[in-house]
Amino acid sequence: MDKLLNDFSLGLFVWQTLLFLLLLFLLKKFAWKPILDAVDEREKSIESALKGAEEAERRMQALQADNEAAKKEAMIERDAIMKEARDTRDDIISDAKTAASEEGVKIIASAREEIEIQKKAAIAEIRTQVASLSLDIAEKVVRQNLSSDASQKELVNTLLNETKIN
Amino acid sequence: MVGAGLVVIGVGIGIGRIGGSAMDAIARQPEATNKIQTAMLIAAALIEGIGFAALFAVS
Amino acid sequence: MRLKNFAKALILTALTTPVLASSSDTNHSDTDHNEHTVSDQNEAVDTKEEIKSYIMHHLEDTYHFGIWDKAGISFPLPVILFDEGLHVFSSSNFADDHGHHDGIAESNGKHYKIDHAKIYRTDAEGTINYNKPFDFSITKNVMMIIITGLLMLLLFRSLGKSYAANGGISKGVGRFMEPIVLYVRDDIARPNIGEKKYKKYLPFLLTIFFFVWFLNIFGLTPLGVNVTGNIAVTFALALLVFLFTNFTGTKDYWMHLFNPLGNAMPWYGKAVLYIILIPIEILGIFIKPFSLMIRLYANMQAGHIVLMSLVGLIYIFGNMMGGSLSFLLAFAISLIEVLVALLQAYIFTMLAALYFGFAAEEHEHHDEAHAH
Repeated sequence: MDKLLNDFSLGLFVWQTLLFLLLLFLLKKFAWKPILDAVDEREKSIESALKGAEEAERRMQALQADNEAAKKEAMIERDAIMKEARDTRDDIISDAKTAASEEGVKIIASAREEIEIQKKAAIAEIRTQVASLSLDIAEKVVRQNLSSDASQKELVNTLLNETKIN
Repeated sequence: MVGAGLVVIGVGIGIGRIGGSAMDAIARQPEATNKIQTAMLIAAALIEGIGFAALFAVS
Repeated sequence: MRLKNFAKALILTALTTPVLASSSDTNHSDTDHNEHTVSDQNEAVDTKEEIKSYIMHHLEDTYHFGIWDKAGISFPLPVILFDEGLHVFSSSNFADDHGHHDGIAESNGKHYKIDHAKIYRTDAEGTINYNKPFDFSITKNVMMIIITGLLMLLLFRSLGKSYAANGGISKGVGRFMEPIVLYVRDDIARPNIGEKKYKKYLPFLLTIFFFVWFLNIFGLTPLGVNVTGNIAVTFALALLVFLFTNFTGTKDYWMHLFNPLGNAMPWYGKAVLYIILIPIEILGIFIKPFSLMIRLYANMQAGHIVLMSLVGLIYIFGNMMGGSLSFLLAFAISLIEVLVALLQAYIFTMLAALYFGFAAEEHEHHDEAHAH
């Protein structure tokens, strides 16, 4: 302990204190401040760059998801449109078909009606024709034999109805 | 002189125990090596400081 | 990598040895020299006492800057004394014809002489009257502090400037120091002081770390400076830590000192305990920086003594076996000393940061009280 106290040099102590404080002041001003500021700034910029990259990644993913969704939607829409088109086509075709067949049926029916009418008319015509013909024939054949026209006609008609020309 | 020897023995045992315990701790938890080393150095430095103080007092 | 370190250490050790080795060729001894002349020219250093005094001489501060004392290569430094007026003269005034610094220097009618590495006032014949003047000389240690300071200033200023010039990336020699600066910030200051306040203490911690580290390393060079192994230097550093700790202490720091138990106990219980506790706490304020001072001083001093003793052993053995053994030992120790140089700087900074952390602490007492 005595040696320690004996070794102690006041001058060196004073110089050390002064020089150290001076060094501290100068270093703080000219070295530590710029160094620490620069390092801080660099760390901040790295951090913000990382954050930016993360953000970009996130946005990219969002964008990709959006794209995917849009694509899917477009596909669905396309499918819907196609389906609609197909349906419409089918509808048109089937409509046309039914219309055509209905028309055909109608035409056939009307034709048939016409035929019936014509037939009936023809039959009536034939009947009258035949009746008059037969009357003429019969008159010619049996002109003298028959007493009266009226009873003769009645007889012919009954006979014609029984025979049923068809 | 005897006092100085005693001081050195005591400090040696103390620092030895700290080092040994730190080794055990590091073996048990290698992931905490840095923290253990720091704590070990501080503890060793404190003991060493007391040891030196005693050494100067007796010599 | 390992080979490189090995080579470096080898060079270091080789450089340390010639200080002692240079004497062996020119050997004619004057028996009536006092112990100071052991380090002088033309004399072998090979007995136990001579080596011991050589080591002690090496550990002392000197008034001239001896690069290689034995070869007479040394620079004079200014001597500044306050002794009924200012005296400034060159330390070469102490030198006699042989280059020994044990002559009498005369300044403004007063005579001075160096005895046991201190300047004393004498009369014209050189009789020491043990009247010490106030001595503010630029000694070897002061010179070394100035050199280290300038070196640090240049190094870190260039590092600081290189950021702006290079767009935020350091360049040059300082680049090697940048990770260490960041280590001090992230592993010493931040965890010990806390995120909020570490910026206030960081410049001091950085300065003290590099200052101590550089001076420790310079102590291992053949320049033979022993600045951090000087009690006045470590006292100044510890005193600054002490002042900085206590002048920046928060209310909580002082509360912790004078009311360590807080609300854990009623006042009459605390009063009894505090008769013992408060003196211990107050003593602790002084013991902490005191241990800082002693630790650095003793480690550096002891390192130098061990290293030089082992080198000295080579000359005591004086044969191949013992000499090479001592050389290997000295070599191993100098490797360890390189580690110790860094370790002591680290410990000093670490503990200073820890003490600053105590001073800067801010507990949230109110929240705690409500929680209970």
